[in-house]
Amino acid sequence: MDGVRVDAVERIFRGRGRRGADVVALRGMELRAAPGEIVAVVGASGCGKSTLLELICGLQAPDAGTVAADPAVLMPQRDLLLPWASALDNAALALRVRGVAAAAARRRARPWFGRFGLGGFERARPAELSGGMRQRVAFVRTLLAGKPVLALDEPFAALDALTRQEMQSWLAHALIEEPRTVVLVTHDVEEAVVLADRVVVMSPRPGRAIAELDVELPRPRARTDAAVVGLRERALAALGAPA
Amino acid sequence: MRALGRIAEPPATLAAAGTQARRRRRRRSGALLGALGAVAILLVVVGAWELYADLSGIDPAILPAPHAVAKAAWLDRGLLWDNLVTTGGEVLLGILVAGTAGFVLPVVLHLSSPLRRSVYPLLVVSQVIPVVLIAPLLVTWLGFGIAPKLVVIGLVCFFPIVVTTLDALSRVDPELPKLMRTLDASRLRILRHVELPAALPGLFSGAKVAVTFAPIGAVFAEWVGSSSGVGHLVQQAIPQLLTARAYAAVLILSAFAIALFGLLTLAERLLVPWAHEPSRQGRNR
Repeated sequence: MDGVRVDAVERIFRGRGRRGADVVALRGMELRAAPGEIVAVVGASGCGKSTLLELICGLQAPDAGTVAADPAVLMPQRDLLLPWASALDNAALALRVRGVAAAAARRRARPWFGRFGLGGFERARPAELSGGMRQRVAFVRTLLAGKPVLALDEPFAALDALTRQEMQSWLAHALIEEPRTVVLVTHDVEEAVVLADRVVVMSPRPGRAIAELDVELPRPRARTDAAVVGLRERALAALGAPA
Repeated sequence: MRALGRIAEPPATLAAAGTQARRRRRRRSGALLGALGAVAILLVVVGAWELYADLSGIDPAILPAPHAVAKAAWLDRGLLWDNLVTTGGEVLLGILVAGTAGFVLPVVLHLSSPLRRSVYPLLVVSQVIPVVLIAPLLVTWLGFGIAPKLVVIGLVCFFPIVVTTLDALSRVDPELPKLMRTLDASRLRILRHVELPAALPGLFSGAKVAVTFAPIGAVFAEWVGSSSGVGHLVQQAIPQLLTARAYAAVLILSAFAIALFGLLTLAERLLVPWAHEPSRQGRNR
């Protein structure tokens, strides 16, 4: 298999709308992500972006169409770190749940802490970490799942503006070091343009891809760069935002 | 590589640690003040009791003064200790039984919602049965040994543990099992790594409520039929007009229950420290 292929996918939630009406989350959704490609999916709230990721991760099945993807791991918007476990054990959780012994799992998780600016915080519990650090621990957990596809669901939406910008450049570097196939769902168009090779714009519900922008810019990208700003405006226009 | 390391945030974290330490200090001084207040109130009550018993001319067989109770506690220490060992053993064993059942049952109910829907109402029904009335029936059935005491203590203790443990389990973030599934976790591993640790604080809150009920259950079961124990001792002392001894027995059993509560609180701090620490999540969200 190669990357992610979403073809003519429809997903309907029966009777979940107002007065028991059906909610059509996705209709005629198309998405491709080649191996190693970073694809950002932008769209308004409720356009079925999270549903799309759960389909890619195999947590849901489409009602029509096909989803073919390499094994994918989900990184949700909230870090969902376990409050009782140390940062190291939280990262190692991805290995522990697959039956790796505690000591071996910690040994394999530890090197990532130094690489991702978490050195010295291995024993800290999540409550002692800042939002950005918690999100980095969650990212290490995601990488340790050892899957070729990362499904990132608005990973930085819960952070404050400054930390979010830091984390975006951090993720850009991290993905250069650890290339993966990435489907990044976000409502932040700038984040999409700064991070992705390609930006897919989704329509409001029922969600489908209505525009695609190639971001053929060198990395790292500055958000103030004229080309970045231009692409951002084009994506916003495709979303239907007033100029 | 260097860029990755540079955006570590030790200053923010240090500042947070400082705030936490300050908060902890403030909490500690508040606890000290509270303890002093409690002692003061207790002294006033005991003092009033002492004055009333000494000055009103009331018969000590009806209301002995605190000093008489203290004297009885000292003189009868051997007798009180022997009976406390009996009752204490019943209480400890009863809580152990109730704690095990009160933890295992909610976990099983949590795993199967049809089972939960059918068993939970029955649990509530088990609580409206007046224990006072079935204790004599239990003695008829199970005899004068420890068995009916354990059943009575179990009946009064296990429900609060079940409720708080179920509650803790239902508060597990519904997104977590989803995340765990994409990490390829089996149902059993999700239980082991997510749900069991999440349920532990519930077990402790329930057990803290349970230890305050357990001595009531034990004494009651002893009243119905036993040859030793604090309840038995009080029952013997009253008709012999050894009222001070009865009060001393009450005092000593209460002290035991308080000690048990304290031990549980300590164990809770050591074993589930995350359950009560202030979360910073709200601030970052």
